[in-house]
Amino acid sequence: MYSRTYKAAVAIPPLAWVTGFLLVPYALLFAYSFWQVEAQQVVHHWNLGNYRELFHNPMYLEVLFRSMKIAGAVTALALLLGYPLAYYLSFCSRKKELLYQLVIVPLWVSYLVRAYAWKTILGSDGVLNTLLQYVHVVHHPVESLLYSPFAVVLTLTHIYTPFAFLPIYASLEHIPRRLVEASEDLGATPARTFARVILPLSLPGVLAGATFAFVLSLGDFLAPLLLGGPSGIMISNVVVSLFGAAYNWPLGAAISLSMLVLVVVLLSIVQRAERKLSFG
Amino acid sequence: MTEGLRTDRLNDSRSRWLPGYAVLVFAFLYLPIVVLIVYSFNGQSVGGFPPRGLTTHWYRVLASDDAMWDSVVNSLEVALAAVALALAFGLPAALALDRVSFPGKQIFRRLVLLPLILPGIITGLSLLMLFVAAGMKLSLLTITLGHGTALISVATTELFAGLQALDRAQEEASLDLGANYWQTFWRVTLPNLRLSIVGAALLIFTLSIDEIAVSFFLIGRSNTLPLEIWSRLRRGMTPEINAVSTLIFGFSLVTILVWYRLRVRGRAPAEEIA
Repeated sequence: MYSRTYKAAVAIPPLAWVTGFLLVPYALLFAYSFWQVEAQQVVHHWNLGNYRELFHNPMYLEVLFRSMKIAGAVTALALLLGYPLAYYLSFCSRKKELLYQLVIVPLWVSYLVRAYAWKTILGSDGVLNTLLQYVHVVHHPVESLLYSPFAVVLTLTHIYTPFAFLPIYASLEHIPRRLVEASEDLGATPARTFARVILPLSLPGVLAGATFAFVLSLGDFLAPLLLGGPSGIMISNVVVSLFGAAYNWPLGAAISLSMLVLVVVLLSIVQRAERKLSFG
Repeated sequence: MTEGLRTDRLNDSRSRWLPGYAVLVFAFLYLPIVVLIVYSFNGQSVGGFPPRGLTTHWYRVLASDDAMWDSVVNSLEVALAAVALALAFGLPAALALDRVSFPGKQIFRRLVLLPLILPGIITGLSLLMLFVAAGMKLSLLTITLGHGTALISVATTELFAGLQALDRAQEEASLDLGANYWQTFWRVTLPNLRLSIVGAALLIFTLSIDEIAVSFFLIGRSNTLPLEIWSRLRRGMTPEINAVSTLIFGFSLVTILVWYRLRVRGRAPAEEIA
């Protein structure tokens, strides 16, 4: 029903823009990762040196591994907090609309500011330490709270739990209630109904939530800078320093591109798993 | 009726721990926000417990802080321009995905959505390389281009969902009755998409206001608000940040309430008919 002109008019402008401002930049990132720096200048000398450096220097692999561990911990915690909350809202609460909004509201406080609030809480003169001293649980401030991977995991969990919650809640809401009723009418205990009906049907949401939490926290660099200290450095912090003071854009590009590939591969695995779950 | 019955039946088995757990999760989500607000009125500059001395000092400091307000204005300008840009390309992109088949459509869809799921640092760096290669000076313009481009993903997703829910018959009727495509777009398609457009615009606006990973790499001389806050956090803690954040939080809450009312009102007629 749509004419050729109509189709061209709606397809060409976004195609052109996305090519110019997304495809070309990602291609540049790709190209840079094969160049190198000589005498403080980026030279277009194509080689695999950056990737060799990345996979042979234990420092980079260690930081990458740590970032994946932190992202993994954040994902697990976000699911542990987000799933029961979503389940409660969807199946047990009578004020789910209101509570749903209450989960969204923290997202409206700036990311940076929430990270900063955790710094206020965890610092050695912070709320938690002075509170603990005030009620005489400890006599000296617990120094290890801030500037540690723990602080990073806690903050990122706080930030990404709503992201994990949203798709899980959506998938729970889509479960036909008559399936749950049928299971109960046929004599299944609530635990069995949960394990055999509700949980399997909500897995696509769990997968989507886990992906969001993992990918977003994997690439984070602000929480580690604010709260991580030297032991909480993540892979994006390395990239930031390579693009700043260390001035090695090609190596930074190689690390970014590896991250991009990791994310894209993860996404396609998740998509395939999701398709299998919804058909099987 | 059955709704209530079913809820009760599930309730009794889990009522022991689940509500308590939900309360704890909410407490975790709200703890930093409460701390933030309380300590914006704290007499001392460090956040010890208990808070000492109620004061509006930090709000007064904030009121006369020109650099901070300049950054607020910058952020508002960038966000408004980013909304315009993202909608200008997101709407045709959604229309194209909904009704045009062309080679590479799947790749196009993935490419558009990539900034939504990719860590912001990658999009930021790639755009930095583009602007450096093009010899562009970094400024609020480069940040706007970055936000606008990255957020086309949000505009496209929201508007595509709106288009899918749209009744195609109205457009067909309009075309059959002699209106051309342009008239049909303005008089039928666009008004029907109104709610999705407002929703997308609000979402893009708030995401742009809070965006930092992309801006971090594209910043010139003038700061956006998050970058201004960032530069101060690096220098040390000040409750002035709490004050400005509390104000933004209040402003966001009002915006959500307005949006919520709009949605409820937008939905109401349809429900009445049903």
